[in-house]
Amino acid sequence: MNDTLGVVVIVAALAVAAWCAIAAVRNRPPDRSHVIGVAVVELAALVLTVVAIVAMIGGERPGEAGTFVGYLITFLGLPPVAVYLARMEPTRWGSVILTVACLVMPVLVARLQQLWEATGA
Amino acid sequence: MRERVNSGPGRVLIVVYGIFALSAGARAAVQIGTKFGEAPGAYLLSAFAAAIYLVATIALVRGGPGGRRLALICCSIELAGVLAVGTASLVASSAFPDDTVWSGFGKGYGFVPLILPIVGLYWLRRTARVPA
Repeated sequence: MNDTLGVVVIVAALAVAAWCAIAAVRNRPPDRSHVIGVAVVELAALVLTVVAIVAMIGGERPGEAGTFVGYLITFLGLPPVAVYLARMEPTRWGSVILTVACLVMPVLVARLQQLWEATGA
Repeated sequence: MRERVNSGPGRVLIVVYGIFALSAGARAAVQIGTKFGEAPGAYLLSAFAAAIYLVATIALVRGGPGGRRLALICCSIELAGVLAVGTASLVASSAFPDDTVWSGFGKGYGFVPLILPIVGLYWLRRTARVPA
């Protein structure tokens, strides 16, 4: 799996997590800037996913392909779900929801990379 | 003002419980589906933990007296489970050939499994307080 893209997702997610955490500390609901931030993380995640799928089509296989794809789906699904839930909670806690989601993304990248390196062959 | 179980911080709790229900459930499903024979006890325990997380998530989303009671039961089982399994995995590590969500007090998950039920119980208590 592309390590550079993984780093990009991790850095973006941590930056947006910090940005959302600031809003939470200041007792602010998430605004447009936070949603855009999460969208950027999602975009980076999407690029990583496409690259991983292309590599899989090209014959590379992670050790547990099923688990890997499961993680990919969670990885792509988490940011939109977090934004949806944060919209239902227009308080500081909406900002906390986005922070939590952005903190989970690096964990998912790490797990994806772990699974990718444990080749099934 | 009396806060509702399923809004404000409660909604954050729902997100975290949801993530745990999903990750623990998927992991248990893969383990049971592909290598059940290796450590049936550990995998069944993982599945049980996942079920508790799922029920807790649903209970918190529903809220109300029923949801609160169910969430209280789930958080209590969780806390007891993570403490019991955490202790057992340290004392008798050979009995746990493969990690569960609750092994080592949730070490593999950043100790969130240990903190989560405590936060949950605190939140349920706080929202239960009837204003004077």
